[in-house]
Amino acid sequence: MKTIDKVHNYKDEYYPPIPTRGTKFWRSCFIYQFYKFFKLNYKIMIMVVKGHS
Amino acid sequence: MAKVVVLGAGISGHTAVAFLKKKLGKKHEVVMISPNSYYQWVPSNIWVGIGRMTVDQVRFRLDKIYKKWDIVYKQAKAISINPEGDKEIQKGFVTIEYVAQEKLGQTEKVDFDYLVNATGPKLNFEAVEGLGPNGHTVSVCSYDHAAHAWKELQKSISEMEKGNHQTFLIGTGHPMATCQGAAFEYALNVAFEVKKRKLAHLADIIWITNEYELGDFGMGGAFIKRGGYVTPTKVFAESILAEYGIRWIKRAGVNKIEKGLAHYETLNGEYKTQEFDFAMLIPSFAGAGIKAFDKNNSNITNTLFKPSGFMTVDADYSQKPFEQWKASDWPETYQNPTYNNIFAAGIAFAPPHSISKPMTTPNGTAMFPAPPRTGMPSGVIGKVIALNIVENIKYGTTDYTHKASMARMAAACIVSAGYGVRHGKAATMTVSPIVPDWDKYPEWGRDINATVGEVGLAGHWIKLFLHYMFMHKAKGYPFWWLLPE
Ligand SMILES: Cc1cc2nc3c(=O)[nH]c(=O)nc-3n(C[C@H](O)[C@H](O)[C@H](O)COP(=O)(O)OP(=O)(O)OC[C@H]3O[C@@H](n4cnc5c(N)ncnc54)[C@H](O)[C@@H]3O)c2cc1C
Repeated sequence: MKTIDKVHNYKDEYYPPIPTRGTKFWRSCFIYQFYKFFKLNYKIMIMVVKGHS
Repeated sequence: MAKVVVLGAGISGHTAVAFLKKKLGKKHEVVMISPNSYYQWVPSNIWVGIGRMTVDQVRFRLDKIYKKWDIVYKQAKAISINPEGDKEIQKGFVTIEYVAQEKLGQTEKVDFDYLVNATGPKLNFEAVEGLGPNGHTVSVCSYDHAAHAWKELQKSISEMEKGNHQTFLIGTGHPMATCQGAAFEYALNVAFEVKKRKLAHLADIIWITNEYELGDFGMGGAFIKRGGYVTPTKVFAESILAEYGIRWIKRAGVNKIEKGLAHYETLNGEYKTQEFDFAMLIPSFAGAGIKAFDKNNSNITNTLFKPSGFMTVDADYSQKPFEQWKASDWPETYQNPTYNNIFAAGIAFAPPHSISKPMTTPNGTAMFPAPPRTGMPSGVIGKVIALNIVENIKYGTTDYTHKASMARMAAACIVSAGYGVRHGKAATMTVSPIVPDWDKYPEWGRDINATVGEVGLAGHWIKLFLHYMFMHKAKGYPFWWLLPE
């Protein structure tokens, strides 16, 4: 059985920013994401409507 | 009475016939010619490919809706176009071949006053030996391909459940493939599903791409304002892959597939291989391969189409270096310059050039993403063409007021990164415009304030919401025309 290595340095995967626990929490926090849902939808709709003119 | 013929019941063609019929009413005839009996909401095929949606959730029958809308529907594929007619027919016509049972194989000449070519991409698996569902890899480009991908994915999952290691290779299957976004979401969804089953320790998931840098997505990458920095999508894409435990091979053009083995060339000219147990690789796209003839039956395919098979429209196709590309190179009305009653919508139009910088390996292989024409611009182009044709029919307008340049239009792309109303995730990305306009936005090529890149549960809800919204619209349910493309 072969398992893959954990991410180590000197590999491409080591260098990008990785979300902290706090960031992950906010990404899945229901209330905050509910607010984001409306905010992002609003932003998208404005762009989409502009794109139609 | 005018007769408008639309080829292809995909996102752009279906939008075009819907608006044509709504605006023209019973006085004029609208004909749809398409080989598929179902409309499919292509973006949700990703979820079919991971078993989170059934095929029937992403498709519906076209005959019923076209009957309801009084649109003539011929389940056939277009083979050739005679824009000037021939010796028998004095006006433009399309030669079609029926693909459905009763008339299977029969051909017919369908005349038109206006023609909209919305035939989308031909999935060009043949360009790479061993690629595709008939070879050794899977695809999620159509619902049947996605259903097959899910079957194959389950085999790998059950291998891991038995304790066996599996290598997943996901990405682009040709040095000039596009649609990186779709492959990217599939990679994230596979990683999400594997992790959910607590099998991540047995999975090696590899993203393979022809992009120069990750996050190029065929649109030359973008910049996002976040956390006090203006950050390239390279960082954004690498960050999410690293978070999901996916490693990557970039600047790679897949050129041959054998069972369990992908051959690729790198941008610096090396030839390498990568083993896999499961591979989902997006093919390159070509035009539908429709031929064209003038009234003397001479072949004029090169007048109507570019060698790629995509249709020539009002773009600036003059050959010039990347540094001289301009926003104004991109088409606005999608009208063929030779035949002004012929238009091309969605993926079917020939772009003036790519958006990503063209690159070539030392061995002479062109390696860069072809320009994507995603769902939103495809829908908008279909609508704009329909509105211009309507105005031309009703008021004789030839100075078209409705325009849809990809160098002015914004696009939103919701990259699914895991399915689930409570634990799902997606990256919401917006860019404005799609094609960078370095004259208007000299610093970042695009409006930095309109560019968004956010990961979270809300993105999944938006993607799900858009699925139901676009299905509602495509099915012609009440107030469908109020919903944007
Ligand atoms: C897996 C996947 C996920 C995607 N996700 C997103 C996303 O999240 N957001 C987004 O904006 N875009 C997404 N896209 C891209 C989007 O699906 C396409 O941009 C869009 O489908 C293009 O629309 P179209 O009408 O040009 O072509 P299509 O939708 O492909 O339609 C072409 C139609 O033409 C028909 N046809 C073909 N040949 C002929 C012929 N000879 N005669 C007559 N008819 C013919 C076909 O049967 C088809 O019905 C995704 C694509 C894929 C593959």
